[in-house]
Amino acid sequence: MNHSGVNWTALTVFLLFFVLVTVMGFLASRWRRADNAQHLDEWGLGGRSFGTWVTWFLLGGDLYTAYTFVAVPALIYGAGAAGFFAVPYTIIAYPLVFLFLPRLWSVSRVHGYVTPADFVKGRYGSKSLSLVVALTGILATMPYIALQLVGIQAVLDVLGVGGSADSNWFVKDLPLFLAFAVLAAYTYSSGLRAPALIAFVKDTLVYLVIIVAVIYIPMRLGGYGAIFDSAAQKFSAVNPATGKPVGSLITGPKAQWTYATLAFGSALALFMYPHSVTGVLASKSRNTVRRNMAIMPAYSLMLGLLALLGFMAIAAGVGKGVKGFNPQLSVPQLFENMFPDWFTGVAFAAIGIGALVPAAIMSIAAANLFTRNIYKEYLKPTATPADETKVAKLASLLVKVGALAFVLLMDKQFAINLQLLGGIWILQTFVSIVGGLFTRWFHRWALLAGWAVGMGYGTWKAYGVSSAATKHFGGSSAEIPGVGEIGYIGLTAFVLNVLVTVVLTLALRALKAPEGADETSRADYTAEAPPASPVKVPAPSDSPDSPEAPEPAVAH
Amino acid sequence: MSSENPPGAQLPVVTPARVLAGLSLLLPVVAMLWVSSYTKATPELGGLPFFYWYQLAWVPASAIFTVAAYLLLRRDELARKAAAGGDAA
Repeated sequence: MNHSGVNWTALTVFLLFFVLVTVMGFLASRWRRADNAQHLDEWGLGGRSFGTWVTWFLLGGDLYTAYTFVAVPALIYGAGAAGFFAVPYTIIAYPLVFLFLPRLWSVSRVHGYVTPADFVKGRYGSKSLSLVVALTGILATMPYIALQLVGIQAVLDVLGVGGSADSNWFVKDLPLFLAFAVLAAYTYSSGLRAPALIAFVKDTLVYLVIIVAVIYIPMRLGGYGAIFDSAAQKFSAVNPATGKPVGSLITGPKAQWTYATLAFGSALALFMYPHSVTGVLASKSRNTVRRNMAIMPAYSLMLGLLALLGFMAIAAGVGKGVKGFNPQLSVPQLFENMFPDWFTGVAFAAIGIGALVPAAIMSIAAANLFTRNIYKEYLKPTATPADETKVAKLASLLVKVGALAFVLLMDKQFAINLQLLGGIWILQTFVSIVGGLFTRWFHRWALLAGWAVGMGYGTWKAYGVSSAATKHFGGSSAEIPGVGEIGYIGLTAFVLNVLVTVVLTLALRALKAPEGADETSRADYTAEAPPASPVKVPAPSDSPDSPEAPEPAVAH
Repeated sequence: MSSENPPGAQLPVVTPARVLAGLSLLLPVVAMLWVSSYTKATPELGGLPFFYWYQLAWVPASAIFTVAAYLLLRRDELARKAAAGGDAA
C-alpha cells in the first residue's frame, strides 16, 4: 500500500493502549500472588485458580486471535461464503468439547498434569506417545505465534509505521521488535497471569470496536442490502485464470462438503491446541469449565459479525483497482477509511493487543510442553518444580525469538502454510487425548501408528494443494478418497488415523502386546479439586494435606 | 467414588437427564453440519441473506442449548453425589 504518511492521531491512541497493557503485564505478577511462586503451576497455569469470568476472558483472548480478526474477513473479502465456515466451526466446537474437557480438567487436577502430553503419559504409560503429542503441539503452535506477528504487521502497515518495502529491514521491523520484546519480558516475569489480566482490556476493546463497526460502517455504506449487492457483483466477476466466478455469496452445492468438513474438523482440533488446554487447566473447578462452554459463544457472535466486515470492505471499495492488494489489509484499511482517526487507533489497539494475548499464552503452552515432556522426561528427570519454572520461562523466550525469526527471515506465506498444516497435525492427537479420557481400550502402539498415518497422509495431501499464492500447501481441502467430494484434509486424515488405531488395537490385543501402566483411576475423571475430594482418601500420599487424609471427608 | 460404593447405591449410567443433555449438545452440531438446509439467499433479514443470519442466529441458540445441558448435568451430578454420599463417609 502507498500511504500518504503516518496517521499520528491513530498511532498515539494505539501507543497509549500499548503502554497501558505493558504496565498491566508487569503488574500482573502481583495479581492473586501465590504462596509458592516457584511451582510451574503458578507461572504456567496461573495457580490453577481462575474463576468463570477470568477464564472466559482468558479463553476468549486465547482462541480469538489477532490473526483471526485479520484472516477471517480477509477470506470473506476474497472468496465470500467459503470464509464464513469459521462461524459454524465455533458453534460446533463448544457443545463438542463440553463432553470431554471437564474430564480432562478433573484428571489433570488429581494428578497435577500441566499439559495434554502429561495426561497421555500417565494414561498409557508410554513415553513415546507422550513425546509425539508434545512435539505435535509445539510444532502446531510455533507458526500460530508467528501469525500473531502478521496480525500486528498488518496494523502497523496501515498506520504507516514500517512495513514499506523501501526502508531497510531494521527500520521496517523495529516496531515489531519492540512489541515482541515487551511481550517477552512480561510473559517471562508474570507467566499466565499477564495475558489473563490483559485479556480484559483486549476483549473489551474488541467488543467495542466490532459493535461500533457493524452499526456505524453499514450506516455510511447504505445498509446491509447495499453491502451484499456490491459483494455479489464482485464475486460474479469471472477469474480469467480458472474461468469460474472469483467467489460466491452462498456456498454452492459442490462446496458444501468442504464447508461442513472444515467446520467439523476445525472444531475437533480447537481444544487439542496446547494453548487452549492451558486456558482450561488454569480454571479452578470443573463447573467453571462447563459454564465457560456455555458463555464462549458470545465470542463466536462477535467473530460472525467481524466476518461481515469482509463484505463491508468490498462495498467500501477497499483495495479496488490496487494491483496485488493484500486481502489481509482489507479490514485494517476499512477501519482507517471509515473511522475518525482516534477511533482507528482504538480499533488497531484491539487488533494489536489481540495479538499479544494469544502469543503470550501460546508461548507459555509451548514452554510447558517442552519443560514437562522433553526437559524433565529426557534431559533432567530429577528437575524440581522450581527448575521446571526456570526452564519454562527461558523456553517461552526462545519460542518467541523463534517465531520472530520465522516471520522476519522467511516468507510470510510459509508461516500461513505451516499454520494450515498445524491444524491438520494437531487434530491427529485427538484419538490419544480424547479417546484416552473415555476408554483405555486403544492400544498405545496402535495410537502411535494411527498418529503417524494421519500426519503422513495429511502432510502429503496438503503438499499437493496449490493456490495462486503458493505452489504447495495452498489450501487445506482435497478430494476425500472413496467419497469423491472435496473435504478438509485434516478430517480425512483423522478418519484414517481412527481406522488404523482401531484395527491395530484389535491385532495387538489379540497378540497380548504389553499395555503399559495406567496411573489414573475411573473416579479421577469426575473428581473435583483434590484436597477436599474424598476420592484419594485411601491412598497414602506425601502431599502436605495427608495428615487430614485418613479422616473421612464430609460428603458435599 | 464408584469403586468404594456398593453398586446398588448408584444411579444408572443412562438417565433421562443425561440423554436430554446429550441431545441438547448434539442439536447445534447437526444443524450446522447440515449445510444444504441453509445455503440459500432468501428470506433476507435486514439486508442479510438467509445463509448469514441463520448461522448467526444459531450462535445464541447453541449457547442456550449448552446452558440447558449444563443445568441438566449439574442436577444429575448432585443426584449422584446424594446417592453415593451416604456411603462414602
